[in-house]
Amino acid sequence: MRDRRHPPSANSPWLDTVAAWVLALLWLLPLIYAVWTAFHPSEYSAKFTLAAPLTLENFRRAWEAAPFARYFLNTTLLVALILGSQLVLCTLAAYAFVRFEFRGKNVVFALVLVQLMIMPDVLLVENYRTMSRLGLIDTLFGIGLPYFASAFAIFLLRQTFKGIPKELVEAATMEGASTLQILRHVYVPLAKPVYVAFALVSVSYHWNNFLWPLVVTNSVESRPLTVGLQVFSAADQGIDWSIITAATLLTAAPLLIAFLLFQRQFVQSFMRAGIK
Amino acid sequence: MNARQQAHAWLLLLPAVVLLLAFTHWPALATLIDSFLSTPKPNRPSVFVGLENYAVMADDPIFWQAVRNNLWFAAVTIPFSVGTALAMALWINGKIAGRGFLRLAYFTPTVLPMIAVANIWLFFYTPDYGLLDQIGGAFGLPAHNWLGSTSTALACVMVVTIWKEAGFFMIFYLAALQGINPSLREAAAIEGASRWFFFRRVLWPLLMPTTIFVLVNAVINAFRMVDHLFVMTRGGPDNATTLLLYHLYEVGFKFWDQGYAAAITMVLLFSLATVALVQFFVLDRRAHY
Repeated sequence: MRDRRHPPSANSPWLDTVAAWVLALLWLLPLIYAVWTAFHPSEYSAKFTLAAPLTLENFRRAWEAAPFARYFLNTTLLVALILGSQLVLCTLAAYAFVRFEFRGKNVVFALVLVQLMIMPDVLLVENYRTMSRLGLIDTLFGIGLPYFASAFAIFLLRQTFKGIPKELVEAATMEGASTLQILRHVYVPLAKPVYVAFALVSVSYHWNNFLWPLVVTNSVESRPLTVGLQVFSAADQGIDWSIITAATLLTAAPLLIAFLLFQRQFVQSFMRAGIK
Repeated sequence: MNARQQAHAWLLLLPAVVLLLAFTHWPALATLIDSFLSTPKPNRPSVFVGLENYAVMADDPIFWQAVRNNLWFAAVTIPFSVGTALAMALWINGKIAGRGFLRLAYFTPTVLPMIAVANIWLFFYTPDYGLLDQIGGAFGLPAHNWLGSTSTALACVMVVTIWKEAGFFMIFYLAALQGINPSLREAAAIEGASRWFFFRRVLWPLLMPTTIFVLVNAVINAFRMVDHLFVMTRGGPDNATTLLLYHLYEVGFKFWDQGYAAAITMVLLFSLATVALVQFFVLDRRAHY
């Protein structure tokens, strides 16, 4: 956020600079430590010397010790499935709230907002029963289903759609565009930054989500990475920290790399999603 | 509003509303009902038992331990993570050397999976071998089983939580700070106001809505952040780090006690509803000046 509209505020005294840097290094310390351990042979995992040889051996062994390729595939499919459903369903719902007057509108909106407070995590016992009635235990669809309708997305898109000038909609109506055509050609393109913001937040959330997937899955075929990692590190590896940290970094790598590459978009997306 | 419009609106809303009802409203209601029923067994369907599940809960020392732990957890992690977040945002918003790097360092924990970083922290805390004991050892301190002793385990878990959350909350403060008119600072500088005075009298009141928003999120997180427990402590030692949601998981999916699990869920729902009502009726009124 090197924001050029506002001149940076008053010079920080050197004490602030030192404190900020110390905190930053502390914040990075666990990650630096993990990188050290993962890229060096295990006898160096707690010995810090510049002479330690670099190696990718830990990653290879971790990759072979558990079906991480399958876990990666599962998580990728899961995240895509959830995001796709959220974007479609929540766009339609938000559009209904903005474009139409209908009986019970405020009640329905209030019901939507309830989910902002009570996330599916807390209701996992009942949701597990629902999934077993539907026969969706241990399926990717079953992991994703409770998240398909996101109150957060509906709220965010509704706020955005509300800010779109009426003149644009009227012009499109004059040209004979249908309700859905207006959504597709006027609202959605203008809300693009918000879609990007929501997508990043949603992907980070579901890539990292753990408790609900842990509960509904019980096989390699449907386990996402987070659960796979937990199963892997909980099974006694002879506590070889080098392999466990390598597996840990593998799990976090896609998001971490994406974040390092698109740092500004990430931060701005979380910001945009938070202000509304 | 004609019938055609009404039909359109409902068609658009239908899929989202059905899913929300099925996975938020219905389970909340079903939990309430289940909390008054016994847990079904293969040869014995569930029957109405009144408040028995709640009585079991009240007699369960682990439940009370989880409540106490959760209250401590909230009381420590919320002020520390919000305070740290504010300090981070003030630094990054100022003209400080290496802003880009600082922002990166602070925000990185937010994008990492909790389950993954818990592994790293577990190693960090490992007796003798872990970084914490190695640093301590360099200063001649004895090794300590940080996660294995009841006196330090919960504190260790709290540190991880603060580390994970602060950068996330920082973002909201940063957004708010960038929306504050810079001429306010110039005016304060001309008047000769001190930095502390400017913060206390100008910034802090202007940041109040953000603080409330962040606080509400921090409270919700205090009830649902349990991922790291699965890796670091499994609620132990001796339930010293059992939080409510973790206890719920054990009752619901290890002991498969559906009735009791429903009662615990009701406690969580009640807590979250209280947060929502306080936010709606008290804080939102006071946030605007």
